[in-house]
Amino acid sequence: MWWKLTILLVISWVCVGAWIFPPPTPIEDNPEVFRIIYFHFPMAIGTVVAFGLGMYYSIRYLATRNLKYDLRESLAAKLGIIFCVLTTISGAIFAKHTWGAYWNWDPRETSIFMLLIVYAAYFALRSAVIDPDQRANLSAVYSILGFASTIFFIFIMPRIIPGLHPGAPKPTGASEGSIITFSFKTAIVLIPSVLAHIGLLLWINKLSVDIAERNKELEHV
Amino acid sequence: MPMKSSGSVKRSIAVFRKDIKCELRTRYAINAILMFAVVTVFAVSWAIGGVGLTEVLQASLLWIVIYFSCLAGLSQSFVKEEESKTALALRLYSPAEAVLGGKLIFNLVLLVVLNIITVPLFGIFVGLNISNFWLFFTMILIGTVGIVGATTIVAAIISKTSVKGALFAVISFPMILPLLIMAISGTKKALIPGLGFAEARMEIQVLISYLVVMTVLGFLLFDTVWND
Repeated sequence: MWWKLTILLVISWVCVGAWIFPPPTPIEDNPEVFRIIYFHFPMAIGTVVAFGLGMYYSIRYLATRNLKYDLRESLAAKLGIIFCVLTTISGAIFAKHTWGAYWNWDPRETSIFMLLIVYAAYFALRSAVIDPDQRANLSAVYSILGFASTIFFIFIMPRIIPGLHPGAPKPTGASEGSIITFSFKTAIVLIPSVLAHIGLLLWINKLSVDIAERNKELEHV
Repeated sequence: MPMKSSGSVKRSIAVFRKDIKCELRTRYAINAILMFAVVTVFAVSWAIGGVGLTEVLQASLLWIVIYFSCLAGLSQSFVKEEESKTALALRLYSPAEAVLGGKLIFNLVLLVVLNIITVPLFGIFVGLNISNFWLFFTMILIGTVGIVGATTIVAAIISKTSVKGALFAVISFPMILPLLIMAISGTKKALIPGLGFAEARMEIQVLISYLVVMTVLGFLLFDTVWND
């Protein structure tokens, strides 16, 4: 119970803090837009956490052959897709107001789009296998392969291909100015926000697992 | 069952030779791949109608032709075992890693043959201004090995599903995309005059690390796909 209350408190703090504190402003002329970073960035982290959780459960499944883990794996992937869509939408709004277009094929935009495709393919694979054990087995294998390619999309490509996001090398070769230096005031909203999003994600995941397991029990009654 | 590594290599080669023999009997995969490649190259050539393309377009179109031709042939490598009911015999004969090894070698040979024919054809009909031949050669080679390393395990996965061919394109595309992006970017650098290995070092590093990660994961996970 206490951790649910903690999440509630932290989320409230983030919602208030994101409006009270000055936005993390680099050089742009419209700094208010940057307040979305308090939600956009944690959602992106949440996406990776959800897909990482999915991979963890697929390894557990392959080790134990217990269909319980297959169920958790697919629920984590579903949650990851929801977070991924939210990241894409909030990012597109942010991009429209800072870079001028909803979509720019910046390396990170490419990555998030590819993540959607990887996990859409994961669900396409699941729907194509009828036998539950076979489905669990194949989707666990694909989930591990998919997460390995996710690592390349999220952590490697955006850092080496020139792009617009912070952390990417600039086309001119100059690397300074590409990293936003967060002030202390930004950090005390952003870091709780990341933690709260991860907490919320784990909570939703736990609830959806509980519901799915109850439903399964009801089927047997 | 633990096997001596030399035994596995020997069996991989046996699986490979069996595949070559079967392929020469029907020539399904090689015909499918080559027809696909030739038709696409001609379609592209006809569509651009003799207009010189920029280096970026040349590199992108070349890799699109190679990638889609691969899809036509590589999806068959395990589907044909399931369809001709020979998968069980193969499972009895050799350990999983030898089967994957044999299939990897076979697919690699298939793609090398494809590239030997497609790339010059593309150069003649569409145009390739290669300025750094060895870089170009390296990119095509690593890209091809990478495609084989990442898709052979996917071919094994889809052979167990109900829709097979269509699914192969869907689920192998995300696996291949990092490779394609890097291969296109590296090939572009081999075409633009004045750029060389120094500029393409990053692409080569990513391609090789991706190839190693995917091949190792393939060997780790293949056993559960194949023997289940």
